[in-house]
Amino acid sequence: MSDKTYDRQNPAFYALLIALVVMAIGPIYLMLATSLKLNVDIMSDSSSLLFMPTLRNYETALCDFLWYEPEHLRRCDPTFGRALVNSLVIGLVSTAITLVIGTMAAYALVRFRFMGRDVVSLWTLMMRMVPPAVLLVPVFGIWTFQFGIDGSRGGIVLVYVALNLPFVIWILQSFIVQVPIQLEEAARMDGAGPFQVFFLVVLPLIKPGIAAASIFTFRVAWNEFLLANALADRNSRTVPVTIVNSLTEFDIDWGVIMATGMLLAIPPIIFTFVASRQIITGMTAGAVKG
Amino acid sequence: MSTARANRMTPYLFLAPAGIVLAVALFYPICYMIYASFLDWNPSQRIGEADFIGLRNYTKLFSDAAFRESMWVTIKFSMVVVTIEMILGVGLALLLDRNIRGMSVLRTLFILPMMIAPIVVGLMWRYMYHPTVGIFNRTLTDWGFDPIPWLADGDWAFASVVIADVWQWTPFIFILSLAALQSLPASAIEASKIDGATGWQQIIYIKLPLMLPVLIVTLLLRLIDSFKVLEVILVMTNGGPGLSTEILSLRINRTASEFRELGEAAAMSNLLLIVLLILTFTMFIYNKAQDARMARLRKVEEEV
Repeated sequence: MSDKTYDRQNPAFYALLIALVVMAIGPIYLMLATSLKLNVDIMSDSSSLLFMPTLRNYETALCDFLWYEPEHLRRCDPTFGRALVNSLVIGLVSTAITLVIGTMAAYALVRFRFMGRDVVSLWTLMMRMVPPAVLLVPVFGIWTFQFGIDGSRGGIVLVYVALNLPFVIWILQSFIVQVPIQLEEAARMDGAGPFQVFFLVVLPLIKPGIAAASIFTFRVAWNEFLLANALADRNSRTVPVTIVNSLTEFDIDWGVIMATGMLLAIPPIIFTFVASRQIITGMTAGAVKG
Repeated sequence: MSTARANRMTPYLFLAPAGIVLAVALFYPICYMIYASFLDWNPSQRIGEADFIGLRNYTKLFSDAAFRESMWVTIKFSMVVVTIEMILGVGLALLLDRNIRGMSVLRTLFILPMMIAPIVVGLMWRYMYHPTVGIFNRTLTDWGFDPIPWLADGDWAFASVVIADVWQWTPFIFILSLAALQSLPASAIEASKIDGATGWQQIIYIKLPLMLPVLIVTLLLRLIDSFKVLEVILVMTNGGPGLSTEILSLRINRTASEFRELGEAAAMSNLLLIVLLILTFTMFIYNKAQDARMARLRKVEEEV
């Protein structure tokens, strides 16, 4: 909306808005608050609003990276720190690979119409609907017995790239279609080869699409649990896997678990605040434009 | 000459990496799974060593009461969740489609539940449903009510899982319907205002019918996604108590990792995939039909 005037609404409307906001972020706030509490405070019956915030749970989770030794810890458990590194590496590498090959494929599909676009979009749509649970059995079997890449980060990256590619291709297609072909023709006139046209002319123009695609890709790789759980060994576990593993134990340390959950949630939260417009574009691209 | 050939090869060069990855890591596994669903296969065997048992995995599944129960739970879950979310999401969109300050902030906050990891969502809700330290039972006991066995009783556990999913995914429908509402032609709404339509009449006769195409696609998208829900329920209840919240994808996971029946798990995955393909195909056909209709309308307009 370009006009700066806003309609006045009645107070009940604002009350409803506030209630909605509280409902949307209340659970997240609770998790944050719990992660800043000592276990004594979590278990106590007194009011949960007043407590001394402490970073102790985060120190426990991240003890591997600290330059000092937290005095409340007798022994540092490096599981979570290692998982965090794994998650970051897997997330970033798979996002980078997916984007590079995804943009190239999307560009080829739009510009060199050698296959019906309907066929392609039906295929990508169908592939997009494949849930990780369906891939569980075959990916486990193939990765273990045929490729021999189970338990390595590379194996997990490969699944994530495959899982994300259809969506990335699909969403980037809708951005590339909007790039005027005259621009590319002009560049070609000036003697640019197909790769130059792609990297110097097309890529800069579809930056918003790439931003949306990379956020979605990274999010899937960062959040996914099932396939990572099936493929990872002790050294390549990602954060979601370690969280679920520590949950199955009988006595749950809520403070530390909420701290790890919070650490897992922080990158997506940052993306949301930085690029909410791109995210909404990505979400609505399929449904609203048809 | 060589540049001409290079140009002709370009599309294939651009497509090759994606094609190879998809073939190796998506298409091949799916074919593999279809084949595996006809095998009696456990995780310690290579696939070549597994016995071919024809359709026995499928017949076993359909006579298995636990599987039928989990199928029913899946369908019940999807139906309930999608209905509630559609009503809430569309209702909120109609209500909040106004020119107010801070709308973009609101939308940003609403996306948060969808962006954070499902594992974390499950974690948050499990904590809130905790019998003693959770906020719900604490509030209830503070107000003098009896605590509710949120995750310990079958029916309550199902309701709890539904509530968590509604919390997470209503914003999706809200955002899509809001986008649809804001792209409606202003002229139609102006015209109805001039004709003296009340707010409700506008919604029922103008806005909802015009939004319908988007709403149907949203519904299908959400329905497809609701079959994929896994992590949230895994963390909250792990399918229990009993089988009350064990949706199909959880059962696949358990059959594969706990019961070590890969063939049976593959057969289940196959059935799930078929359901999803039907839904996807419906969506595609519907989209095509819509496009065709729009094109026809445009043509008529041009002729007039």
